[in-house]
Amino acid sequence: MAALRALVGVKRVIDYAVKVRVRPDGGGVVTDGVKHSMNPFCEIALEEAVRLRERNLLQEVVVVSCGPPQCQETIRTALAMGADRGVHVEIPAPEYEHFGPLQVAKILAALAKREGVSLVLLGKQAIDDDCNQTGQMTAALLDWPQGTFASALALAGDQLTVEREIDGGLENIRLRLPALVTADLRLNEPRYATLPNIMKAKKKKIEVLKASDLGVDLSSRLGVQRVEEPPQRQAGLKVETVEDLVGKLKEGGLV
Amino acid sequence: MCCPLLPAGPAMARCWAGLWARAAWAKGRFVLGGPARAGDLRRASGAARAGAHWLYTREHYAVRESLRKIIDKDINPFVDKWEEEGQFPAHKIFKILGQAGFLGVNKPTEYGGMGLDFSYSIAVAEELGNIRCGGVPMAIGVQTDMATPALTRFGSDELKREFLVPTIAGDVVACLGVSEPGAGSDVASVHIAKKIDKMGMRSSDTAQIFFEDVRVPSKYLIGEEGMGFTYQMLQFQEERLWAVANILAPMENVIQETIDYTRQRKIYNQPILHNQTVHFRLAELATEVELLHSLLYQTVALYLKGNDVTKFASMAKLKAGRLARELTDSCLQFWGGMGFTNEVLVSRLYRDSRLLSIGAGADEVMLSIICKYMGTLP
Repeated sequence: MAALRALVGVKRVIDYAVKVRVRPDGGGVVTDGVKHSMNPFCEIALEEAVRLRERNLLQEVVVVSCGPPQCQETIRTALAMGADRGVHVEIPAPEYEHFGPLQVAKILAALAKREGVSLVLLGKQAIDDDCNQTGQMTAALLDWPQGTFASALALAGDQLTVEREIDGGLENIRLRLPALVTADLRLNEPRYATLPNIMKAKKKKIEVLKASDLGVDLSSRLGVQRVEEPPQRQAGLKVETVEDLVGKLKEGGLV
Repeated sequence: MCCPLLPAGPAMARCWAGLWARAAWAKGRFVLGGPARAGDLRRASGAARAGAHWLYTREHYAVRESLRKIIDKDINPFVDKWEEEGQFPAHKIFKILGQAGFLGVNKPTEYGGMGLDFSYSIAVAEELGNIRCGGVPMAIGVQTDMATPALTRFGSDELKREFLVPTIAGDVVACLGVSEPGAGSDVASVHIAKKIDKMGMRSSDTAQIFFEDVRVPSKYLIGEEGMGFTYQMLQFQEERLWAVANILAPMENVIQETIDYTRQRKIYNQPILHNQTVHFRLAELATEVELLHSLLYQTVALYLKGNDVTKFASMAKLKAGRLARELTDSCLQFWGGMGFTNEVLVSRLYRDSRLLSIGAGADEVMLSIICKYMGTLP
């Protein structure tokens, strides 16, 4: 049986616990000096890949992250969690401003082909932009089947069974490799990077590439016009009786 | 010199978990995982930062981040409950820590340890300071750096396999007993007296244990008889530096929480924080915490090179105990009535940190040691 290898995308995002602030220039949010971590859904995708490798259903897990030099920290965390090697696609600061799902998808598709992987695992969305697009676009560019919002995964030979969380409940689909999966919350609970693995990760390789090395054009047709905070929440009003409530609603033209 | 790092980022207010947070996390981390914005700058790793800190490498930061996740998920959400109950599930927590490799950081690899140097023990001690009470880190510190060093250095291989291996794995909970022959007159051979009701460190249960007519086979003796105190003394410096490292994050967290609280609490229509006595005092305290950081790292670096660090370690321990008291006392004052309740971190740390001037070498002992090195002891 040919060696099955997986590519896992991990995104460096502002940590979920940080209170995000809009930059004074209104062009984005403050990222300088702010704590960043691996996107939680990427962690879940990575955990799934590592589990498959531990069960010998995969031979190698390659992680990739696109962005500034600090992305290598995220890759190292992934290596400490059990990935075998990493790829950092370095995106210089000016281009990172309009770097979005389509650009990432083009990079991932090119990398998947270059690395000859049969499975691409991604988080369903990133907690900074909540796009929920990268996985779908990557699968389309590769013309591979996709199982998104996965809450359970089973691999047997080249058959992948994916349980998906959809609006109406759960859907089970079967895909033939090569395929792409995006991870949802309940797929698994990611492991802690243990000390022995953190130390082992020091010896694992991280390859640094430019988008042009993969023949990818990063130009975007989108631009950010303005970023602003949501309006301040106004104080409410207390009423004593149901009649008062109905009266106020009528006054406000709401009923 | 200590880390230049980034310019102080925008002061970040308290954080609220994101809407997407996974159920377990939301329940877990939502409860104040310890903000320490200023501390985060020092702690939050980075290709930029690794190399900027003269003791910690990228691996140290990776270790701390991983430990922080365990603290945020498996420890902090339950601290309030454990404090109330007067104990914590040590076996469960130690097993989690043991499996992740955090209980044998500087212990030999033949017994399941990581074989890393003391700077990693210090990194772990520092990160444990983000636990929102003193009792749990203290218990972990006893397991890793008080009950085990003499065993590691002087115990037989057989003893180490029987006791050190499970301690590192987190399968057993170790405690330290300091014996007083002639104390107690209970009938039973090993008698645990009732739990002592303490002012602080409430989640760590403490009791007197009486051993009478207990037979200990000689193979269980560590090293030579009568050398117990000497053996313990050999690792006093490590113990003291551990204690110093462990109190830094709580102090930073208290300062930050005091800032956050006094910024929104208004008296006479203005935030308490706007009073110069408040923000100036916090600046003084933050300065002293920074100085203690520097002394700690300097001392650890010298220790790693094989120097005798008794004087510096004693100075650091002395300062840590006293600063913790001054700092929690000043901050509690700024919290006003709220500070006097048991619902805030500052009052808990006020109680818990009081022990630092007493345990692991009381202030008076530290002063004597320093005087000895200064040649002023009569």
